This record gives sequence, structure tokens and C-alpha cells, in this order.
Amino acid sequence: MIPQPFDYYAPATLREALAMIASGEHKILAGGMSLVPLMKLRLALPEHVVDLGRIPELNYIAESGGVLRIGAMSTHHDIESSAAVRAHCPLLAEAAGHIGDAQVRNMGTIGGSIAHADPSADYPAALLALETKIRIVSANSDRTIDAAEFFVDAFTTALEPGEIVLELQAPVEDQGEGYCYEKVPHPASGFAVVGVAVRVKKAGGKIAMARIGITGMGPRPFRDSMAEKMLESGTEIGQATQSIGQGEEANSDLYASGDYRRHLARVHAARALRTALTRAS
Amino acid sequence: MKRTISLTINGKTYTDEVEPRLLLIHYLREVAGLTGPHIGCETSICGACTVLVGGKTVKSCTMFAVQADGRELTTIEGVAAADGKLDPVQEAFWNEHGLQCGFCTPGMVLSVKHLLAANPNPTDQEIRHGLDGNLCRCTGYQHIVNAVKAAAAGKGGV
Amino acid sequence: MATTVSKPDLLVGKSIRRREDPRLLTGTAIYLDDIKMPGMHHACIVRSPHGAARIKSINTKPALDRPGVAAVFTGADIASLGAVPCAASLPGLRVPHHHLLAQDRVYYQGHPVAVVVATDRYLAADAADAVEVEYEPLPAVTDPEKAIAAGAPAVHPEWADNIAFTFHQEGGDTAQAFRDAEVIVKQRITSQRLIPVALETRGVVADWRPGEKSLTLFSSTQIPHLMRSLVAGILGMPENLLRVITPEVGGGFGSKLNVYAEEALMAFIAKRINKPVKWVESRRENFQATIHGRGHVDYFELAAKRDGTMLGLKLKLIADLGAYHQLLTPAIPTLSVLMMPGLYRFKNVTADIVGVFTNCVPTDAYRGAGRPEATHGIERMVDMLARELNMDPVELRLKNFVGNDEFPFPTATGLSYDSGNYAAPLKQALAQAGYPELRTEQAQARKEGRLMGIGIATYGEICALGPSAALPAGGWESATVKIEPSGKVTVMTGASPHGQGEETTFAQMAADALGVGIDDVLVVHGDTAVVQYGIGTFGSRGTAVGGAALFYALEELKAKVRKFGAMMLDTDSVTLSGGACVDEKTGKSISFAEVAAAAYHAKKLPPNTEPGLVSTHFWEPPNFTFPFGAHLVVTEVDRETGNIEIKRYIAVDDCGKIINPLLVAGQVHGGVAQGLGQALWEQAVYDDTGQLLTGELTDYAIPKAHFMPWIESSHTCTPSPVNPMGVKGVGEAGTIGCSPAVVNSVVDALAPLGVRHIDMPLTPEKIWKMIAQGGQA
Repeated sequence: MIPQPFDYYAPATLREALAMIASGEHKILAGGMSLVPLMKLRLALPEHVVDLGRIPELNYIAESGGVLRIGAMSTHHDIESSAAVRAHCPLLAEAAGHIGDAQVRNMGTIGGSIAHADPSADYPAALLALETKIRIVSANSDRTIDAAEFFVDAFTTALEPGEIVLELQAPVEDQGEGYCYEKVPHPASGFAVVGVAVRVKKAGGKIAMARIGITGMGPRPFRDSMAEKMLESGTEIGQATQSIGQGEEANSDLYASGDYRRHLARVHAARALRTALTRAS
Repeated sequence: MKRTISLTINGKTYTDEVEPRLLLIHYLREVAGLTGPHIGCETSICGACTVLVGGKTVKSCTMFAVQADGRELTTIEGVAAADGKLDPVQEAFWNEHGLQCGFCTPGMVLSVKHLLAANPNPTDQEIRHGLDGNLCRCTGYQHIVNAVKAAAAGKGGV
Repeated sequence: MATTVSKPDLLVGKSIRRREDPRLLTGTAIYLDDIKMPGMHHACIVRSPHGAARIKSINTKPALDRPGVAAVFTGADIASLGAVPCAASLPGLRVPHHHLLAQDRVYYQGHPVAVVVATDRYLAADAADAVEVEYEPLPAVTDPEKAIAAGAPAVHPEWADNIAFTFHQEGGDTAQAFRDAEVIVKQRITSQRLIPVALETRGVVADWRPGEKSLTLFSSTQIPHLMRSLVAGILGMPENLLRVITPEVGGGFGSKLNVYAEEALMAFIAKRINKPVKWVESRRENFQATIHGRGHVDYFELAAKRDGTMLGLKLKLIADLGAYHQLLTPAIPTLSVLMMPGLYRFKNVTADIVGVFTNCVPTDAYRGAGRPEATHGIERMVDMLARELNMDPVELRLKNFVGNDEFPFPTATGLSYDSGNYAAPLKQALAQAGYPELRTEQAQARKEGRLMGIGIATYGEICALGPSAALPAGGWESATVKIEPSGKVTVMTGASPHGQGEETTFAQMAADALGVGIDDVLVVHGDTAVVQYGIGTFGSRGTAVGGAALFYALEELKAKVRKFGAMMLDTDSVTLSGGACVDEKTGKSISFAEVAAAAYHAKKLPPNTEPGLVSTHFWEPPNFTFPFGAHLVVTEVDRETGNIEIKRYIAVDDCGKIINPLLVAGQVHGGVAQGLGQALWEQAVYDDTGQLLTGELTDYAIPKAHFMPWIESSHTCTPSPVNPMGVKGVGEAGTIGCSPAVVNSVVDALAPLGVRHIDMPLTPEKIWKMIAQGGQA
């Protein structure tokens, strides 16, 4: 299982990298956790590969002005173990800790993961629940979009040729918020058969705010606004989660049918909400 | 187009011209002559190829050698002391019968070293989840868990 | 000359850490892919992407034109060579000619079509992609029951019914037993296709030496000597010019108990290109082209009296053989028939096997090989009968076990169970579990709406394979013991191990027998030029047959050492102890090294004694051994998701005497992991066109560390009378005991919903659907 030959470039600066990829004919190598296996199986056959691994300016995690900024080349391990992420967006740290295995988390990056947009990836659920913004740059553009706009379909994002993910911007979670990421991993691949990320705020014994992001169930991750609204208007968890995924397409594979995935999304959303409530103050 | 890479493996510097597509595992095994890390799959699941890059475990079958340019690596060959004295994790695997066919062992030992460096007193569940990236088809993992606990308790040495 | 020697502790029975481990722990062990030779080329195999197709054309030129390519071979190049061998024979068996490379058709996805040889593995892979094969896809059939239904596509055009063989066996009077029955329980039970997944894939290095016309074949195999005989046969070369060396072998589990096309192909290629050539299987190839296990559809009928007395058993077994017979393919389901009565006394059984060709890779021996299927069947049936009779499954088993006074027990399938105390491990497991308390806890759980299950399986297995009458190439094993002139001991075993630890256990035996330290003993295996002919390691035979051969070789050698010792000490009663020959009467001793030197220097010889200290023993076992045990599993099923949690796993195994408890525990744990894999996760799935849908480790789930419960392992000990050490074998026990215990437990958990049986693997969705549909899925 040998990749086909390719030209390799390892730019040292973002500017250099963006100039290189401007033509849109280059494949971008971040952590390589998805790309390298695809190349080995010869399912991906890039002729030009640009490695972002030597650009220090893409690797940072910092909080300022109520926003947590995460450079695209931050690894899952960086995010899982970062004091800033744990303090300001613990939901994201929890989701990062569920990705793959230790080796994958040491190499894989958040930018690479979301740009690949595997429908069974863990991050998207958390990013949607956190109402994250994604900053995208190219040699001659710089735009910031909502995570909800970023994920278009399975393996399809809002990235245009020549663009890369520069950073993720997550609003800092309020003190006293509860959060939880619940995941049903595929027993072989470890990917999410279903992953549910939730945030809740309590006020006067009721749910004042709920955010629910779901991955794995269908071709693209989604936020379930209807369930959120029901929870916020006092519907109890069991009932509010009954309609999760309604109207959303669900994936079927050898391991789990679409119906089962939808059911799991509901069950685990309820469980995640209950856990989140116990963590909320 | 070949590129020249220079990296440090087990304290020794290697400089070689490589094709960009050369996987790190093949560089280690076939160019550097370090056949301790093994190849058990092509989908980054089994972990037999696990080595340390910059002190962290990676699957060397899922990385190109050019990505390791300038980095410091440790393979299983660099785990025991220069005089041959086994590392406490190796000793613990030996004492606890944490290996049978031995094929997963080089990767497993490095994952355990990484695990214990981050968490010196792991629970059984932390050990088991920490080793999710390393498959073993022989042991049922129980003696591996015992070995990790023994190493954590400082019982690696004889 | 010392005068006193204290008798050291014996090593047999002790948990000695393994002597093979330092090289494995330091990455210095040499596995197949670690072998490098000057001028070595690399082979890459072009395989069929189709389950069934006609090959319309092959164009190798684009591959030959690529850099570094030395040669490309196709079916035409090897048509005159022998076939991949099947050693099993059954009356009327249809044996398709299994060419090393496909001729005009391909019969399964992964079927080798061409081989590209290049100077480097990257160039070989590139060139393999450049070979142009034009296929005309044909209808395929991958389900054995569909394959024997009318109108199914013929896997081999010459046999339209897809039936490779039928086999009938009966004992007693089953018809009468079923007439006498007050209760008959019937169930279709499947044992799904599994992929063995030795962590090291297969691999071969072939090195042709033209000056000697000899060939050295390095192969990751369980059977070096059989490999030599069979590959020599395929190539038509003198067996004594072929040397097979097994380097370190990274697991086998039966998948390397075989001779595959690639061994003969690489030998052929090395000779043709006059260079060493290496081929190492990718994991995808390993899934597509190395044997699978199981693949049984079993229709069981169990007849009993209302008091629980079991009277008779009928089995119709549909065996998915795949497209060809590998070494033992058709024999595996016959092992199921042999063990179908389990540990029970009843004497009336009838079995009919239909061996079926499918467009899948062949099935063959995988850990347990026929016995897990049989045990799963009978143990499920016994639980179903218990439910039908409203009896506790423990009580039903105890009522029907072969009694301790009935051994050797002749079974209805023609076997003679060697020794047993079948109630002992069951009672030990129940005591350990606190069975009555568990049932109370279960009753409470059910009141709370929780689905808690308690599952028991008691198993018997046929091990120490086996008497030569039962094995196509002989069932004996060999050992040579050499005491070198310095007194160091070398043991050579024909039972080439691959992770089982014989370098340690056999050294324990030799050290005890000769009274030397374990560090003075070296165990050598896996080189046909060095080690006397042997059979190999499989079927839980390494210690029970290979160890017995060693036992007798040691006895013979001890007798000779004693003669020298007696001569040198001028006595007639010598024992070997503490690295010396000791005069029992005076306590005087002479060191082992001195005795050894004397035997080789041969200045003076005892009467009728030749120089040197070497003995070789080929041991033919008089019978199989029959280990047994009881596994008890407590589960809880998540009502909402169908997820199964193993709360407790208790394994009580009786493998007779134990040489090294640490290694036996390792075998039990590993065996249970593979049994649990089958019960809960593993399943090789082909679609109707012959595509293997579980084609990589990303799709086919073998247990990870956190999947495994803590296994509470203990033993009872009923020595076997079959061999002098009283050992029975333990390599497959865990696998055999596990899957029925787990399924019985989950069915017990779901019993309040009316669930009576579930086929493996017990995936959460399957369980969830059953719960959702009130047990009717």
C-alpha cells in the first residue's frame, strides 16, 4: 500500500503557502490522518502536496475579548490538553479527547479535520454547539463564516480552491454552563456512528439556553434548533429530543442503519443533556 | 524529485535523500535499518508502527519521511539503555507476560511510555483507552494492562 | 568433584517469564519483512477486483515498461506447475484445480491474476497498477444457502450445484431417540465468517542458489516442514534441495497453517529471475486472500425427555468453503461433527454436512477450527432446552454430563474422551460468581426493568491433534535433544511455535529432566535444514504432542547420561540434579559438563554405548486429549441502545497439568478475546457480487483494549492419560468457551421479551431492534 509519487512543498510562512496553493491544484497536507491513508490506498492521487506543518503561525491557541482563537494546525492533543480550551471551551476539549486514538490526536489537526469534512468526524458537533466561526484565507481573500455554513455535505465544505482554514473562533462559554459530548464510536474505525455535543445554561431550575450539535448521523453535521427551542421553552428532555434529526438525511452502513443512527442521536442527546445539566450551575 | 532530510533517531543523526512519497515507516525500516517498528495495516488502525516523534506517539505508516525532517525520533531500538538494560516498561511487559507473538509489542511499549509520561498513575480504564491505537490479537490485553500497572507502580525493574 | 548437591526446585508448574521476550521487547527479533538480501527484488500481486469474472485479456507491457521492473508473470507462466494443495480427503470430494495464478476465470475478490517483480516495493506497486486486465464480470454467489438453491450461479462451471461434498455421520439410533422424545428443540444457528487477523500479515522471501540448484524459502508459517514437502511438490523439485525457514512469526491462529499460492510463486520467481524475491501481504490482501474462518449455517434438533434427559441430536451443517479448498478446508466442518455431542452423555447423533462453494476466499482452520461452531451449537441448544423445560441451565447440564466414572468415554461420533470431571469447572465458576445471589440480583433487576443476563457455557474440545490416522500428513511430533560437549543443552522441536512460548516451556521441561539450569537450555525451531521433520503448531498440540515427544527424547537421553555418570562415579544408581550426576548412595557427584565432555571425548565408553549425547524421538499420540471447562458471563443490555456490557467474565478451564501458569493465562485471555470478537463485533461481509465489504481494519472490528472485560481465569486439573505429562492443551479453549457463554447471557437478559436465540455478532442495532419489536426480530 504505497502512495503514488508527488511533488512536495513545505512552505515556512502562511504567505508563501497561500501563494503556492493559489492555483487550486495542490492538495494540502495538515496532520495527514485522513489524507495519508487515502493516498496509500490510492484513493487520493495528488500530484502536488503542500505541507502546512512547518508554518508556526498556524499553530496557536489564545483567548482574547471573549473569543477563543485556535490556529488551524493545532493538534487534537493540543486542544484536548490546552488549559485555555479547557477553561473557555471545555466542550471542544472533551470532543477532541474522543477523536481516534492517542497517536491520531498527536498528529491530526483541527484545520485538517474540518477541511476534510468526514461526516463521522467528532469536531463538527462541538463546533456547531459552540456557534464557532471559521476564518478562511487565500492569497487574496480573508473571510469568516459560521461553522453551520462551512459544512456543506459529506466531504464538502465552503472552502474554495486556493483557500485554507486559518483559525477557529469560539465564543468563550459562560461560567456555569454545562456541556457534554456523547459519542457512539464505530468499533473498528473509532469514528462517530453518532456524536452529540450539547451546551446548556440553567436559570431558576429551568433550561435557559440549549445548543445541540450532531455529527455522524447524516452526510453533514447539524444543529437541532427545534429541540433547542423546545428545551428553552420548558419541554422536558425526553420529549424535546424525540424529534431530533427529523427531516435530516441519515446515513446507513454495514454497522448501523439510518433509523438506528437517528434513534441513537435522540438517546444520546438526552443523555448528553442530562450530563450537561449536572455540570451546570 | 528527491529531497534531503536530516533527522535524529535514538540520538543518532541520519541524513538521506528520499522521495517525498516515502512513508516514515519505510524510511525507518529500509533506509535507517531500524526494523523494530512493524507494519500491520495501511489504514492507521493497528499501531504496530508507533514511534515517538518529538516525544509524542505517532503512527509512522501515516506520515511521510519528509514530514520528519529536522525532528527527534525514538523507536523501540532506542528504548533500552545503551548497555542493554531494559526500560522499566519493557521489564514490566516481560514480567507480566504482556506479549505473545511480539509483533505489536514495539508500538505498544512506546504507547505505554507515552501514556505513563502523561499520566503516571492511570486507572485500568485510562490504560485501556490510552492503548486504543494499538491492536493486539494475542493477549486479550489483560497482561498488558497488568504490565502498565506494574510499570506505573515502579515494579518494572527486577 | 563436589560431594553434596541440593535438589533445586522444579521449573515445570512455575510462572517463568519467557526467554523469547528480550528480542521481541527490544525490536531486534527478525520477522519475515525484516529480511534483506543482496539483489533482493519485490513482488506485488495483481488481484481480481471481482468476485467472479472471465479474464478477457491481460496486457503486461505497460508494467514491463516501467522503471525497475524485472518481470511480470501471469497464469500462462505457471499453468504447468502443481496446484495449491488440499491435504484433506473425503469420499466424493470435488477438488477444483487451484492454480497459483488465475487462468481464464477468477473465482473470488483477491484471486491472484499476475505478479509484478521490481527492484523496490514502491516500483513494484506502481507497476502492478499498470497491468491492464480486462474482465467480463459474471454473476457471483457468496451466501452458502443461496449457492445451493436452484438457479444459483455456478462458482465452478463444472459443478452446477455448487456442492463440493456431502458427508454423513451417525451414531446410535437417532430416529428412535427422536421417537422417544417428549421435547424436541429446533434452531438454525450460524457461525459467521471471521477474518483471523494475525497482526503480522503473511510474507515470503525466496532465495534461489543456482550453483546448488537449491532454494531457501522464508515463510511466516506455522508448518515449516509440511511447507517444504508441499512446495517441493508444486514446483517438482527435490525436497532435500528446498529449505524452509520460519523467522519470528507474528501470530497465526490457523491462518498460517496453510500453503498458499504465494509461497510456490515466490519460489518459482526467484528461480526465474535468479534473484532473491520478497512478497509481503498488505492488510487488504490479508483480508481478501488469506483464509477466513467459520462460515457455518447449522440446523440443530435436540431431543429430550421432560425430566431433562437428553436423548439425541441432529445437525444439518451447511459449510461455506469459499471458491477453493485450501490445505484443510473440507475437513474443518467434520471437526464440528466430531464435537457436536459436547460434554453430554447421549449416544444418538446424526449429522449431514453440505460443503458449498461460494465466490469468497476459502475458509479453513481459524482458532478452534470447527469446535467453536459445534460448541456454540450444542451450548445454545442446551440453553433453549432448559428454557423449554423451565429448568435451570446449570441443572440441565449437570444432569447430562458424562460422569467421572465413565472415562474413557466413547462418544456417538466415534471419539474416546480421555478424562474428565465436567462438573468441577462448572461448580467452581458458579461458586466464584455467587450464582444464587446473581439470580436474585437478576430478579431484582428485571423488576426494575433492567435487562441483566447470566450465561453459562460448558465446553469440551478435541486437542493435541492428533493421532496420525486423523490427520492427512501425520499427527505425531518430533523432538531432538542434544547435550553439547560443554554440557549446554539444545532442544529442537518440530512443533514450530509462533508466540506460544515453547522456547520457555520446553526449556523448563528439559532443565527439570536433565537437572540443569534453564539458561543452559536453548530451544530451536523453524528451520528445516536444522530441525528434524515435524508437523507444526496448531490444534492445541504444541505441548501435548510436541512436548510429549520432548519428554521421551529427554528420557532416552537421561538414560545415556546416567550410563556415563555411573561409569565415571563408579556406581549403578545415578540421578541428574543441580547440574550434575549424583551417586544416590554416596552423594558424590560429577558435573554435567564433565559428563558431557567425557561422552564426546570418548576416551572411555560405558558398555554398549556410543559416543555423543543426542536423542531424537518421534511421538505418535495414542489419542486426542479433551480439555473442558465452564465460562460464566454476566451481561447487562442497554434497553435504549441495545449496547451490551459485560459485567463479569469468569473462565474456569481444565487443560490438565500446567507447565507455565503465566503462559496458560495468556492463552486463555487471548482465546477469550477472539471468542468475544466473534460474539460481539467480528463478521466478514461479502455483497452479492463478491465484494468484501469489510475490507480493512477500519470496517472489520477486532477487540481493542477497552472492549475487553477483566477475565477472572482459574483452573481445575484433570490430568490426561494420553501423554506422560498429563497436559491437554489450552490454545483454543478460551475461544471455544466464550461465544456461547456470551450469547447465552444476552439471550438470558432478553428472555423477558421472549427472545430465544440471536445469531452472532450481537451488534447493538440487532439487539435494539429485538427490544423494539418485543423480541420478535
